Amino acid sequence: MALSDKDRIFTNLYGLHDWRLPAARRRGQWDGTGALIAKGRDWIIEEVKNSGLRGRGGAGFPTGLKWSFMPKQSDGRPHYLVVNSDESEPGTCKDRDILRHDPHTLIEGCLFAGVAMGAHAGYIYVRGEYYNEHLVLQAAIDEAYDAGLLGPNACGSGWDFDLYVHRGAGAYICGEETALIESLEGKKGMPRLKPPFPAAVGLYGCPSTVNNVETIAVVPTILRRGGAWFAGFGRPKNSGTKIFCIQGHVNKPCNVEEEMSIPLRELIERHAGGVRGGWDNLLAVIPGGSSTPLIPKPVCDDVLMDFDALREHKTGLGTAGVIVMDKSTDLIKAIARLSAFYKHESCGQCTPCREGMGWVKRMMDRMVEGRAEVAEIDVLEQVTRQIEGHTICALADGGVWPVQGLIRHFRPLMEERIAAYKAAKGSPQPTLPMAAE
Amino acid sequence: MAKVTVDGIEVEVPNGVSVLQACEAAGKEIPRFCYHERLSVAGNCRMCLVEVEKAPKPIASCAYPVADGMKVFTDSEMVRRARRGVMEFLLINHPLDCPICDQGGECDLQDQAMAYGLDKSRYLEEKRAVKDKYMGPLVKTIMTRCIQCTRCVRFATEVAGVPELGATNRGENMEIGTYVEKALTTELSGNLIDICPVGALTSRPYAFVSRPWELRKTDSIDVLDATGTNIRIDTRAGEVLRILPRTNDDVNEEWMADRGRFSFDGLKRRRLDRPWIKVDGRLRPASWSEALGAVAARLKGLPGERIGAVAGGLADAEAIVALKDLMGALGSRNLECRSDGAAIDASRRDFYTFNTGIAGIEEADALLIIGANPRLEAPVMNARIRKRVVAGGFPVGFIGPRGLDLTYAQDWLGEGGRTLRILAEGGHRFNEVLRAAKRPMLILGRGALTRPDGAAILAAAWKIAAENNMLQADWHGFNLLHQFGGQVAALDLGFVPPADGAAVSPATEALWLLGAEVDPAAIPAGAFVIYQGHHGEAVAARADVILPGAAYTEKDATWVNTEGRVQHGRLAVYPPGEAREDWKIIRAASELLGKRLPYDSLDAVRARLAEANPVFAGRGFAAHGCTDMTGPTGDVGALTEAGFAPAATNYWQAEPISRASDTMAECARVYGAAQVQLAAE
Repeated sequence: MALSDKDRIFTNLYGLHDWRLPAARRRGQWDGTGALIAKGRDWIIEEVKNSGLRGRGGAGFPTGLKWSFMPKQSDGRPHYLVVNSDESEPGTCKDRDILRHDPHTLIEGCLFAGVAMGAHAGYIYVRGEYYNEHLVLQAAIDEAYDAGLLGPNACGSGWDFDLYVHRGAGAYICGEETALIESLEGKKGMPRLKPPFPAAVGLYGCPSTVNNVETIAVVPTILRRGGAWFAGFGRPKNSGTKIFCIQGHVNKPCNVEEEMSIPLRELIERHAGGVRGGWDNLLAVIPGGSSTPLIPKPVCDDVLMDFDALREHKTGLGTAGVIVMDKSTDLIKAIARLSAFYKHESCGQCTPCREGMGWVKRMMDRMVEGRAEVAEIDVLEQVTRQIEGHTICALADGGVWPVQGLIRHFRPLMEERIAAYKAAKGSPQPTLPMAAE
Repeated sequence: MAKVTVDGIEVEVPNGVSVLQACEAAGKEIPRFCYHERLSVAGNCRMCLVEVEKAPKPIASCAYPVADGMKVFTDSEMVRRARRGVMEFLLINHPLDCPICDQGGECDLQDQAMAYGLDKSRYLEEKRAVKDKYMGPLVKTIMTRCIQCTRCVRFATEVAGVPELGATNRGENMEIGTYVEKALTTELSGNLIDICPVGALTSRPYAFVSRPWELRKTDSIDVLDATGTNIRIDTRAGEVLRILPRTNDDVNEEWMADRGRFSFDGLKRRRLDRPWIKVDGRLRPASWSEALGAVAARLKGLPGERIGAVAGGLADAEAIVALKDLMGALGSRNLECRSDGAAIDASRRDFYTFNTGIAGIEEADALLIIGANPRLEAPVMNARIRKRVVAGGFPVGFIGPRGLDLTYAQDWLGEGGRTLRILAEGGHRFNEVLRAAKRPMLILGRGALTRPDGAAILAAAWKIAAENNMLQADWHGFNLLHQFGGQVAALDLGFVPPADGAAVSPATEALWLLGAEVDPAAIPAGAFVIYQGHHGEAVAARADVILPGAAYTEKDATWVNTEGRVQHGRLAVYPPGEAREDWKIIRAASELLGKRLPYDSLDAVRARLAEANPVFAGRGFAAHGCTDMTGPTGDVGALTEAGFAPAATNYWQAEPISRASDTMAECARVYGAAQVQLAAE
């Protein structure tokens, strides 16, 4: 059962209509915003809690709970809303379409979120490469200001709210919430230690909450239609609708808003025109953006696309960037490319990530050729375990999970590759002779 | 207070401290590289990981606050595995060139690798190499060894106040450097060498000189500025090879200024290592008996008022008291220790000491600096002022040359005398700031007192202190900042002439200079000059007899820093050649003069010191208030309008030892140009 059109939150996801304010209003946005704000801060948080909305940026933390961490009373410091639009996860392109085609969902959501967390100012950190998107977003914000929807007494609610757009410079790590805050403050984007969490000490040392674009953008509709409506989709604790980005070896790559907990196979076949060469030609799927471990076809056959079902298979929903790979794929090479990406994007702060990512990348490069010993697969696995969970932020975790997924599901493939190399070129030599040996 | 259990040991620690501190309280040592207790927490080396009950992942103990009832495990399987993993990562790109690394033997990485390192490498890829950076004449870099702990970056930014170091690039290409390649413009750069846990930043003058286990370590006191930095002198075979700071939270914390640290090579050059006598207008080498005999022959029978004595800035208390006693025995009261001409009133101790105390700066809430440049005169103290400024709520007013970079924001009030007068009259806007403060203080530079109206400046400064809430029963906010380590002891011993006297006058027929630099032109032509000291400078050429003395590293001596803190330095190496400890030279001379001084041992001299001034009986510094508001002699009305000249014009070559040092000459060459440029801006 697919999501019906009347239940879509992003009614202009494909840009078929105008993104500007009058058109957005015709689609139901900015409808009764002031009245909803009048219901109060607690009501908004309660409604978001009831909706079961979990953060759409990858970690899936319950949004209502996150908002409730903000101090109820300001201690004199201002509160800030920060919207993470530094969408850099390979395989993810959902926020981009929201920014360029449906910006008013986000802007209205920012206002609600601002009220809910007592913030009079919000910052939207847009990925540097999203140049045109940021122009659209800025234009939409200007429209909203002109219409009195933002600024002093926004929407006649009595709440003052200002919204600013800030462009990043293209570092993946700046999508990590504390690195994003550092970058927003004008410093080098390096994750901060937690605790203190941003809700206590965030942007400019003030209580702040960082949310993903999609998380914020679904809030207006949740408030208008009720948390229970949103919670009606998907399985318990995995409720709502979600934009899936389906790409790779499918016939019709697309972004689509669907119900949570939809079976992966149905998602691909209904919306993306099926796997190239038929379902049986499927090799593996990376279900949630590049940092989630891949799942092989037998798992893909019946897995549901939600946080908990994927976790059972030791992967995750992440940002729901579904990367489909058919049997023509050199899986080792594909994962090696991801390792190169994470090595390149490591900020260099923590030892395990800084040193380990390069090690993993170089070993993966040899695995692609098969220029390794079988025992080195275990070394590789151990190195990824030494990296995982030992760093300030989750980049390192996300960087080694694809490798772990590969070893978990496709170790025989790697061994085969090594055997083939040995058969063709003999035993591999270490790249450097070891002086001590 | 929070109760924390560390490996089964229950400790109670204040709320908000880190898990690492709790572990230390429980006696558990946590390995660390990036964590340094005097710097902000970076939490990036990941070596200090510990296991906390109910936490799914190991946590970085340096950055994680304790919680009541927390159970910490520092030696569980999870912890050992995590640390081994981190250590392996640190070592894969580390060159492992310990045999040629100057940090070898005192390297944190080496030590921790013994505990957590693997016995062989699993890393078969190519290692990273990083281009070395130029950071000036003192700090040598071998950046391939760097483990990116960022201690140096944080030190430069936070303590030294020169945000010139930083990390460029990211991931494994991250490099520490100065962005634009240039010498670090700080007088505290040597501390980078101490805080670097590996051999990435090492001492350039000490490169390939020695191994730590070959060194004999002697505790002493740095006297090249008046801070009284506690130091450790490392020697081998009678040669000073390096000087390191010791921790003393009341004085220097664990920092040290570059001049004190690096100028010791001047102790080996241009030394007076044997007695000399002037015969027919030329100095010729002589034996001790000849030299002392010549002294005795000339001084014997001379009326006391025709004899003068001047003590220099690097003289130790023992030598000063011996010289004072000898002069007394010869009937002379023509003593002087203010050869720089500073109009210091020695009649009361709080007129000439840093009464607030260096640690007291952290309790102050407003500061007025008058004619001093603490950055150059006492770099370590300046770091303390900066620490207080950074903590917030500490307005700093500054009277002196405009545009000085003290490494913290200061409110420039004016050039000199005019502003001082307005402040003394209470009509300046900064008076409001001082009056509003609970613990205001002022720092008066000794250099400001060398002007003809020095006494007026001193009186005006005291008046400002007295009338702006600085003198309280439990708070003394009047501070004089001296320049060298021997200056306060001489004042404490009353090495000053009576009101109507002077050490050097046209009537002077004999002059005893104890390491003092007196303008040769000021000495009467026929006067017999005895120069006792370790470095021969211009005035030594004027001397008729040269008695070779010992430098501060070569004697057991008592030093009093600008606070009035009494500290003892120890002999680290013997004086070169025939040079001797200074008090012994004077004692020997007294014998020949027939005025035998009544002490034969160090203990006896020190007993005499304590008798001369009870402060020498104790050690250290006692915080005190001010009960007597009467100010020093000096007429505020005599203040002239003139601006204060920069007191220290050449930080790197401010006294005879550093003037003889090649290292300091190189620094003066490198930084001198930069300083001139700064002044021109």
